[in-house]
Amino acid sequence: MMILSGDPPRSRVLSILLVVIILALAATPFLFPGAKAMNVAAQICIFAALVASYDLLLGYTGSVSFAHTMFYGIGSYAIAIALYSMGPVWAAVATGIAVGLPLAALLALAIGLFSLRVAAIFFAMVTLAVASAFQVLASQLSWLTGGEDGRSFQLPELLRPGTVLISKSLIGFELNGRVLTYYLVLIAAATMILCLLRVVNSPFGRVLQAIRENRFRAEALGFRTVFHLTYANCIAALVAAGAGMLNALWLRYAGPDTSLSFTIMLDILLMVVIGGMGTIYGAIIGASIFILAQNYLQALMGAASKAAADAGLPLLPGLLHPDRWLLWLGLLFIASVYFFPTGVVGRLRGAGSAKH
Amino acid sequence: MALTLETRDLTIRFGGHVAVNGVSCTFKPGELTAIVGPNGAGKTTYFNLISGQLRPTAGTIFFDGADITQLSAPLRTRAGLGRAFQLTNLFPNLSVEENVRLAVQAANGTHYDMLRPWMVRRDLIARADEILDRVALGNRRQVTATALSHGDQRKLEVALMIALEPKVFMFDEPTAGMSIDEVPVVLNLIAQLKQDASKIILLVEHKMDVVRSLADRIIVLHNGQLVADGKPAEVIASPIVQEAYLGVAPGRSAA
Ligand SMILES: Nc1ncnc2c1ncn2[C@@H]1O[C@H](COP(=O)(O)OP(=O)(O)OP(=O)(O)O)[C@@H](O)[C@H]1O
Ligand SMILES: [Mg+2]
Repeated sequence: MMILSGDPPRSRVLSILLVVIILALAATPFLFPGAKAMNVAAQICIFAALVASYDLLLGYTGSVSFAHTMFYGIGSYAIAIALYSMGPVWAAVATGIAVGLPLAALLALAIGLFSLRVAAIFFAMVTLAVASAFQVLASQLSWLTGGEDGRSFQLPELLRPGTVLISKSLIGFELNGRVLTYYLVLIAAATMILCLLRVVNSPFGRVLQAIRENRFRAEALGFRTVFHLTYANCIAALVAAGAGMLNALWLRYAGPDTSLSFTIMLDILLMVVIGGMGTIYGAIIGASIFILAQNYLQALMGAASKAAADAGLPLLPGLLHPDRWLLWLGLLFIASVYFFPTGVVGRLRGAGSAKH
Repeated sequence: MALTLETRDLTIRFGGHVAVNGVSCTFKPGELTAIVGPNGAGKTTYFNLISGQLRPTAGTIFFDGADITQLSAPLRTRAGLGRAFQLTNLFPNLSVEENVRLAVQAANGTHYDMLRPWMVRRDLIARADEILDRVALGNRRQVTATALSHGDQRKLEVALMIALEPKVFMFDEPTAGMSIDEVPVVLNLIAQLKQDASKIILLVEHKMDVVRSLADRIIVLHNGQLVADGKPAEVIASPIVQEAYLGVAPGRSAA
C-alpha cells in the first residue's frame, strides 16, 4: 500500500474506524443534507489536516510549537485578503495561495533556524512570542485584515451555493457550488494528510524520530539536526497554512476568532493527544471525536436530560442539563487522556498486536 | 600525504579543573592506539574533543590535512571520525535494526529524502542487517534497543559506529560490563577492523590483557596530561605507568 507509504493502520478496529469516518465524510452531502452536517464534516476535514501537521512536530520531532495557529491564520488571511481585494475570481485564489504558502514557509524557516539550534524549550518560547506578536499585528493592521471584524468575501462563481451544477431532479440530490467546495476541502485535506504520512515514513521522517529519541546521538551519526527540525517545521507550517486556506474558503471569511486565537491552539493540542501522538492517523480520529463532541454533545445531553426528567430520575436531569456540556467535555478529555495515554490510535494498536 | 589525526596542545577547562591539558599527539593509519589512564584521567573528554561533542579551551585538531577544531560534531562524523560511546547512547524506543539502519542512512548521505517511503531503500536495510550479523545481533533485529541486555547494547553501540564506515574508529571501553562470553565478539571485530591498514583506531581500555593483545601503541593520560607514549611493552614497563596507572610502586614488576 504505497499510497499509505508502507504505514497502514496496523489494527483492525482502527482500519474499520478510519474507513467509516472517510466514507461518512465522503457521503455527507447526500446522507445528511443540511448546512449543519456539512459544516461539521468540513471542520473535521480541515482540522484533521491541521492536527496531522501539528503531529509532525509534536509527535515525530518532540518539539512543542505555539505558532501553529499563526500559520493557519496566515493561510486563512491570505485567501481572504486576496479574494476581498481582487474580487471573486480564480486569480485571487491563486494569488492567495502563491503569497500565503511561501510566507508561511519562510517564517517557519526563520523561526526554526533561529530557535531550533538550542534546547527545545527555547523553540516553544519563541513560537509563543512570535504568535502573540502576529495576533497583535493582525488586529492592528485593520486596513488590511479588517481588524477584529475580519474579512468576509465572495467565492468565485463556480463555488457559490447558488450555482447548480446538476439539478436534484436528475440524480436525486442537488450538486451545487457548496457541495463542490466541500469536496474540494475533503480532497485537499486528504491529499495533505497522505503527504504528511509520506514525509513521516520517508528516510527524512525516520531521522525526525531519531532526533526525538536522542538528538545527541543523531548528531553523532552525522545528521545536522537543526536542518531536519527546521524543514519539519516548514512542512508543518505549509500544511497548516493550507488548512487555513480551506477554512477561509469554506467559511468565506477569515477573522481572529476563526483562524488565529489561542483557543484553536488548545483544541489542536487536545485533538492530537486524544487521537494519539506520532501516528498521523490519530489526527483523523482526534479531530472527528473532538468536533463531533463540540457540535453534538450539547444536543445529546439535552435529549438525555429530558429523558431522565421524564423517567422521574433524581439529580440526573440537572447533571445532564445542556448548559453543563463544557463540564462534560472537560471530563471526557480528562478521562480519555487518563485511560488512553497513548491516544486512541496508540491504544488500538497496542491491543491489536502484542509486538508493540 | 597519508591520512593523519593530530591534536596539538589540546586543552579543556571545566571551571578550575583542567580535564585535558596540552595533549599533543599524532595518530597514523594502520595503527591501533590504546589510550589508558586511571578513572577521571580525561580519556573520554579527549575523545569528546576529537569527535566534536566538546570544544577545546585551547589547542588545535587536524584531520586529513585540515584544521577541524571549529567543525560541528555531525560534520566531523561526515569527515570520517566514528565514535562509540562509553555510556551506551542509542535510540531507546526504536528497533535494533532501525538503530543501525539510521547509521547506514547517515553514512549513505540520505539526509533529507522525504519523497520515498524508507522501506523502498532495501539497500540500507540489507546493509544494516549485514552489520547486525557481524556483531552477533542478527536474531534481535526487531527488539527495541532498551529491551536488549547490557552486553547487547554495547554491541549495538559498536554496530552504529561500524555502520558509519569511518576512517577513524574511536572505541571507549567497548567491553566494559560485558559478560566473559560476549567479549570475544567485540575483540574479534576490532581485530578484523585492524586488518584494514587505511584506518586509524583509538581504543580506551582498562583491561591490560586486551591492550597488550591488540595495541600497536599505548598512550597514557594522567590528570589530563599525556605522560607516556610508545610501544606497548615499553609503556607498560615504564615506571610512570607502573605507578600512575597500575598503582604499583616503581621498581616492582606487574606481571
Ligand atoms: N562536562 C563536564 N563538566 C565538568 N567536568 C567534566 C565534564 N566532563 C568531564 N568532566 C571531568 O573531567 C574529568 C575527566 O573525565 P573523563 O570522563 O574524561 O575521564 P575518563 O578518563 O574517561 O574516566 P573513566 O575511566 O572513568 O571513563 C573528570 O574529573 C570529570 O569529572
Ligand atoms: Mg571515560
